[in-house]
Amino acid sequence: MRRLLSDSGWTLGLAGLLAALLVMTKLIQPDFGVSGLDSLGRAALPFALATLGMAVVVIAGGIDLSLASMMAVCSVTAARMMEGASDGQSALALIFVLALGAAMGALNGALVVASRVPDIVVTLAMLFVWQGTALLILNAPGGAAAPWLRALGVGGLTLPLIPEALTVWLPRSVIFLMVCLAVIWLPIRRSPLGLRFYAIGSDALAAFRSGVPVGRTKIAAYAVTGLFAALGGIAVTMSTGIGEPIPGPYLLAAVAAVVLGGVVLGGGRGGLIGPILAVFVLRLVRMDLTLMSVDPNVTTIVEGAIMVVVVMLGGVLAMRGRRT
Amino acid sequence: MTPKDTSAAASGPGAPVLDAQGVSKRFGAVVALRDASLILNRGEVVALMGANGAGKSTFVKILTGALAPDSGHVRIRGAEARVASPAEARRSGLVPVYQEPSLIPDLDVAANLRLGKTPVAAFRHWVAALGIADLRLDDLIGRLPLATLRILDLARALAAEPDVLLLDEMTAALPTDLVDRVLSVVRAQADAGRSVIYISHRFAEIARLCDRATVLRDGATVGSLAITPGVEERVVEMMLGANPPRQSAAAQAARAPRAGTPRLAVRGLAAGNRLNDVSFDLHAGEVLGVVALEGQGQDELFDVLAGNRRALAGSVAIDGQTARLRHPADAIAAGLTLVPGDRSRALLMSRSVRENIALPLVARMAKWGVIPARNEAARVSAAIDRLQIDTRAQGEVRRLSGGNQQKVTIARWIAKGVETLLLFDPPRGIDIRTKRQIYALVRDLAAQGAAVLFYTSELGEVQQACDRAVVIFNGRVVDVIEAQEASEPSLMRAAYGLTSGDAARKAAP
Amino acid sequence: MSATLTPVTRLTRLLAQNPLIPLILLLAGLVLVLEIMQPGILSVFWIGNTIKVAIPLAMLAACQTLTMLTGGIDLSAGTVATITAFVMATLAPLLGVPEAVAIALACALLAGAVNGFGIAICRVHPLIMSLGTGLIANGCLLVYQRYVIATGTLIPDALVWLGTGRTWGIPNGLVLFIPFAALIIWGQRRTGFGRLLYAVGSNEGAARLSGVRSWQVLLALYTLSGLIAGLTGLILIGLVKTPSLSLALRLDLPSVAAAVVGGTSIFGGRGGYGGTIVGALILTVLTTMLTLLHMPEGARGILFGLIILAVTALYIRLTEKG
Repeated sequence: MRRLLSDSGWTLGLAGLLAALLVMTKLIQPDFGVSGLDSLGRAALPFALATLGMAVVVIAGGIDLSLASMMAVCSVTAARMMEGASDGQSALALIFVLALGAAMGALNGALVVASRVPDIVVTLAMLFVWQGTALLILNAPGGAAAPWLRALGVGGLTLPLIPEALTVWLPRSVIFLMVCLAVIWLPIRRSPLGLRFYAIGSDALAAFRSGVPVGRTKIAAYAVTGLFAALGGIAVTMSTGIGEPIPGPYLLAAVAAVVLGGVVLGGGRGGLIGPILAVFVLRLVRMDLTLMSVDPNVTTIVEGAIMVVVVMLGGVLAMRGRRT
Repeated sequence: MTPKDTSAAASGPGAPVLDAQGVSKRFGAVVALRDASLILNRGEVVALMGANGAGKSTFVKILTGALAPDSGHVRIRGAEARVASPAEARRSGLVPVYQEPSLIPDLDVAANLRLGKTPVAAFRHWVAALGIADLRLDDLIGRLPLATLRILDLARALAAEPDVLLLDEMTAALPTDLVDRVLSVVRAQADAGRSVIYISHRFAEIARLCDRATVLRDGATVGSLAITPGVEERVVEMMLGANPPRQSAAAQAARAPRAGTPRLAVRGLAAGNRLNDVSFDLHAGEVLGVVALEGQGQDELFDVLAGNRRALAGSVAIDGQTARLRHPADAIAAGLTLVPGDRSRALLMSRSVRENIALPLVARMAKWGVIPARNEAARVSAAIDRLQIDTRAQGEVRRLSGGNQQKVTIARWIAKGVETLLLFDPPRGIDIRTKRQIYALVRDLAAQGAAVLFYTSELGEVQQACDRAVVIFNGRVVDVIEAQEASEPSLMRAAYGLTSGDAARKAAP
Repeated sequence: MSATLTPVTRLTRLLAQNPLIPLILLLAGLVLVLEIMQPGILSVFWIGNTIKVAIPLAMLAACQTLTMLTGGIDLSAGTVATITAFVMATLAPLLGVPEAVAIALACALLAGAVNGFGIAICRVHPLIMSLGTGLIANGCLLVYQRYVIATGTLIPDALVWLGTGRTWGIPNGLVLFIPFAALIIWGQRRTGFGRLLYAVGSNEGAARLSGVRSWQVLLALYTLSGLIAGLTGLILIGLVKTPSLSLALRLDLPSVAAAVVGGTSIFGGRGGYGGTIVGALILTVLTTMLTLLHMPEGARGILFGLIILAVTALYIRLTEKG
């Protein structure tokens, strides 16, 4: 049963659920359309990037609790460097922030490997370290985002030579997400490195015996997570126009979306499409509740409860798996 | 860095492919290997044999580069083999196939091949040759049966074209037809010039496959014999050494009558991959030995009886009542208490001797309140006295010697009160004095009406402690031997499946 | 283990067995440094003040200590404390003080039981489960706050007396805290439940083989942790005197740090509440010191995070050696 679920059937089911939720949204709000999709995409973008980062490290058998804090560090770094900067400078700043994210992630991984302290404890400590770092860089929300960066995530897709009507319904934020996925994850997934991520997450001893350098692979997985965290932080700055030093509610949302997306906590199983679909499902639930004019705080509770129940189910399934 | 070339230059046609001499290894105070050696010529299949605890697994780890020896050398084709990782060992020409398949369960076959850079065409060829016709490369490893996985592991190793192939209990989980295929493929490979180290408990296979048998005892190589008809007896002798027959006072002591309702009646028990069908009766006042080679299902048997694992089939009755053992708490309530073989599974290493011994006394929810300190202290010190535990380092069990740690695991149940004790290999790795104390205690407990199920890996101990012994091979009871007849050679023959199996019925009348 | 003992290993062993000695020395050293930094700061008033501030921290750290003994953690403790304080303060003018306290503590128990259910029965990692419970509870608090905003708040005099009052220069909070600490220290050593916390944290498999059903222990433990967090909230509101939505949130990290610094292993099976109390005092003095140095809040977070990491890594080294 579980095997069946964890396969592509699970992803298809999620896609079906997402479609059903979209239809429901249209029923609740008959004028839900291009702008609705756009706002959904924008709201989901930082969550989706955080989830991608979490999914990579979970596949490799780890977990990174410092994810949201790393996003905050990247968000404030980007916002501070872009304040009053020219377009060229802000592009350089962007590259710097991406490198920073990867470096922070690699440091997390190196600490896990070198200290032999479990992932969850190391990254909990690093959660506080990165959170403090973000506050040191920017004490209160501030800074700015380059205008071209802001424009990148707003509105529908417009391509030269193609009539706007054909592409405008596709939000740029979703395109941004797809590009990130295609540029970072696809090459890794196709390379031996991606295979090694799955291998060490699935069975570290067998991986070692098959000749996989387990420690280095783990550090690489954390670095990729850091890279996605940097993109997530940039996405936060992109959508708000400022740097946000207090970490947003991305950690638990990412863990929940990863579990709901069919990635097994403990590693080795799942892909990145499922978690992304799960992010959109969770965001859309929130959006529908808001459209039904439910108190936003109640929405938070419902959302939190969904996440916790998902994680609990994940725990129960993982336990079943261990028993058989 | 090109061992192939140097070896070609250094070794003539007669030089051994693998030459290990004077290998020793100690772990702290424990000497695992004293003087192990192994010579493997081109095209030769050598069986590496030894009783449990002879140092086989340590030797294998050193040969494959998972451990570095303290002294001695391992040369492969004349070049010093200095391997720090399995990947390097592979490059030097030695490819092991471990008991646990080293394939990634969540990846499909093709991905596993890519991970180890195995050539696919060669792999497919070997899979077909080994008798698996319908393998798909997109099958997920985790969904394949264990037997298939072991074949795939072997095929992967063969595809790497090794000079030396190390097979550790290769046929353990295989059905007979696949065993046949494996044996003939391996033999053909040897005839074509590869060398094979073959580790197995099964004489029939060794006789069919191997050219020689190298025997380890107490961490040293005691000899190497050419395989000829009737060599089994000689190998058993070498594994046992020239020990004078031991007869203990206990063996002559009056035995309790085995009549009436048994304390523990096990029928057709099966669990996991290894325990297939075990039945026996254990009476109050009796010490029943369990004799088996490693991995014949005895671990599963004890875990099921202790409620630590669910049985797949069969029943357990205690004093005639069918027992449901879903959790160790159920088993303990029914009087079945386990002393596991691995001490670290039973002990709270960072807690005190007292807390460890008193643990079952507070386990039930009804006992969560204030601890009756005086009662507890009395029970604990009585148990400590009875087992003569050296409590100088009682702050943390971790700091006790191995023997004292083992005593703590038993003292726990003495303090709680023993009805049926499941004792799994207590003498492993402890000194002779402590062993004697434990045997005396076991006899004492039985004399007071307890029933004891006693697995030991040291066959010489059976006569000292047990009334009779059931022999388990391949997850089934193959023989039941009374203590008087349970000499080491006869037990060893039975444990290797060399006696006819018709005695099994004696276990459960 | 080797038979020869170098002075260094003997020292580390002494420290590992009696973590209180070096902790108290560290505390004294920090106070000394503080006195050198700002001569004259050491006074009965200052000591009383430090203890007063340290009491809620030490109580919240009790949640972390007890859960960490089993290898867990309770990151919802700060939220639960906040909720209890807020609910009590807003219900008191409506229902009367005893009823308000009872309802508030019931909320704390409920949150703890939810944690316990997820951790003990669904086997979710305590860190993730308690984070999630904290998130939901915080949402509930926000909703609740919208409905009671108009009623006004009342903080019972008894709590103010406990939280801020002094008698002969000694903080009144000790009237509650000393019995509380004594009960926990006694309970962890002398009751079956306390023993089982250590047993489950030290080796859950071994505890299972001895007949312990660890889900019962964990369920009870996290419920208890919720209750303690609730009590902390009540003391804290007496100290701060204005209910807010982030009352105890800033204590979450220091409470973990206090337990870790106090010698409780985050992997379970080792430590105790005595060390945690000293750890809470150390962190309070350290915070004073950082404030004197005008260290920004961010730097404090980094420092505390690094302390947790370093101490944990050190414990791994120490236990591996033995």
